[in-house]
Amino acid sequence: MSAVIRLFLPFWRNKLARVGLIVVLIMVAAALLAPVITPYSPNDTNFPAMLGPSWQHWLGTTQNGQDVYTQLVYGTRSSLEVGFAAGILATALALLIGLVAGYLPGLVDEVLSYLTNVFLVIPGLPLMIILAAYAPVKGNLLIIFVITVTGWAWGARVLRAQVTTLRARDYVAAARFAGDSMMRIVFREIMPNMISLVAATFLGAAVSAILAAAGLQFLGLGDPSINSWGTMLYWAQNSGALLQGQWAWLFAPGFCIAALGTALVLMNFAVDELANPRLRKKG
Amino acid sequence: MRYLLRRSFMLLLTLWSAITLNFLLPRLMPGNPAEVMLAKFKGKGTMGPQAIHAIKVMLGISNESVWQQYVQYWDNIFHLNFGISYTYFPYSVMHMIAQALPWTLALIGVTTVLSFVLGTLLGIWAAWWRGSWFDLSVTSVFTFTSSFPYFWFALICVFLLSFVVHVFPISGGYATYMTPNWSWAFLGSAVYHSILPAFTILVSSLGGWQLQMRNNMITALNEDYVVLARAKGLSERMIAIGYAARNAILPNMTGFAMSLGFVVSGAILVELVFAYPGMGDLLYNAVSNEDYPLMQAIFLMIVVAVVAANFVADIVNVLLDPRIRRGAETA
Repeated sequence: MSAVIRLFLPFWRNKLARVGLIVVLIMVAAALLAPVITPYSPNDTNFPAMLGPSWQHWLGTTQNGQDVYTQLVYGTRSSLEVGFAAGILATALALLIGLVAGYLPGLVDEVLSYLTNVFLVIPGLPLMIILAAYAPVKGNLLIIFVITVTGWAWGARVLRAQVTTLRARDYVAAARFAGDSMMRIVFREIMPNMISLVAATFLGAAVSAILAAAGLQFLGLGDPSINSWGTMLYWAQNSGALLQGQWAWLFAPGFCIAALGTALVLMNFAVDELANPRLRKKG
Repeated sequence: MRYLLRRSFMLLLTLWSAITLNFLLPRLMPGNPAEVMLAKFKGKGTMGPQAIHAIKVMLGISNESVWQQYVQYWDNIFHLNFGISYTYFPYSVMHMIAQALPWTLALIGVTTVLSFVLGTLLGIWAAWWRGSWFDLSVTSVFTFTSSFPYFWFALICVFLLSFVVHVFPISGGYATYMTPNWSWAFLGSAVYHSILPAFTILVSSLGGWQLQMRNNMITALNEDYVVLARAKGLSERMIAIGYAARNAILPNMTGFAMSLGFVVSGAILVELVFAYPGMGDLLYNAVSNEDYPLMQAIFLMIVVAVVAANFVADIVNVLLDPRIRRGAETA
């Protein structure tokens, strides 16, 4: 329990980050409690189609007669899942490549840095679209994969730069003389000393993963039968929700994506302050 | 000089890997998209054997070795020969791109420059009056706008300003009864149709520049040379613009040059919302129709533009920042 408290304490101390943390926790709760806090099933098509907001249907119904509010709450699951899974995987890849490149100067560093630069330069969204378009199966796994492949480079560059400065420290030399393996030195000695940078990389990767997933799903490159915020916007766009005045259906999913993204950015403020004391409030 | 040579070498290497990636992707994917593609083409009839051969080469189902295909692929690229579009048969891929590119360059180009200038100015102000109500309100609004999906903001704008209040057209790049030409009436219509897309892109991209500039500026204001400028009794304005902002803007210049490269790819999702006839919309149509020749060519153009812009960014940095120039000469 105390470990959990220590993990969340920095986010609680910073006011902005506290707001972010609370929003994220509410969303996690909504995802877990979805069946309890929604009156219907997300796939129940027995309601009249294209209803506006009412007491029975807070956010109206879809073109297939599903309840939009129920879909929104269940959609939290998929959006959190994709955001966190892709965020974690992209960070892991960034750690592996960034840390190894930073620790091994010379040929290894040159090759890995070159690879990082190539992926930094290739525009993300078009590459994601192309990858998703060639793939024979659609779904969350594909989206997670595509976002991971295109999203690790920025983190890798930042982490590599940090490792090159930590590499020369005495405790690293000590570990080397003690005969520790490279992987052990990099991940057990160096990484714990840059944990705030790793956290910032993860939060940044998760935000861009959530936005990218929404974009891909909106383009119809996700599995249209899975409930998620991006897919809801895809259906809203393709069934003319706009021209029928279904404002709640259009507004709600995008607002949730924006709220989740903002919450993670706010949490990042706390991490930034840990890493860069200059950003701390004066006095 | 050595720095520039090294950069040029990296540029060529990056270009080569991006183009090779474009060559390998359809060949690595399971399920052979090329066969599907070719079957569809044959359904359309009226394809000369030469055209079919070109498609085979591009997507990798000819009987030649991979190496021969690769050479042929490069040959096609140098001749800008990307074959025929499936979706817009019988038009060539290059024809379709030539149609779409000016729209995107005009819309996204103008908004990118505007967004950079405005965002940078707001960032300077926010950092200078740090902690004031102006800083707090602008920075928190932009923190929110920079993390919302910009296509969603576009949808909301269309709903409010085109559907509820009929101020702007709902979609398209120009009035449907017109054909593109250089008359004032047509240009007026095009500008009128571009206001709402431009506005949504502007609002959702301003935040990034503002937040970045504010952060750079805060760091710069803590530097010793700012203290020195104060000690010399220079005016506040001189300190802010001439000392701090000049240094704080350097990292942003790189980002700006790169974002000019991204102009070619367009704001894919915004163009889709507005059915704006630019590159993003074309790419979307290519993807949803599994038009691989068009898709490949567009991706290629985007990559070349971004890599080139990246190179320009490096050169601009050398010109603006004497530290890099000196560092590069000694390194």
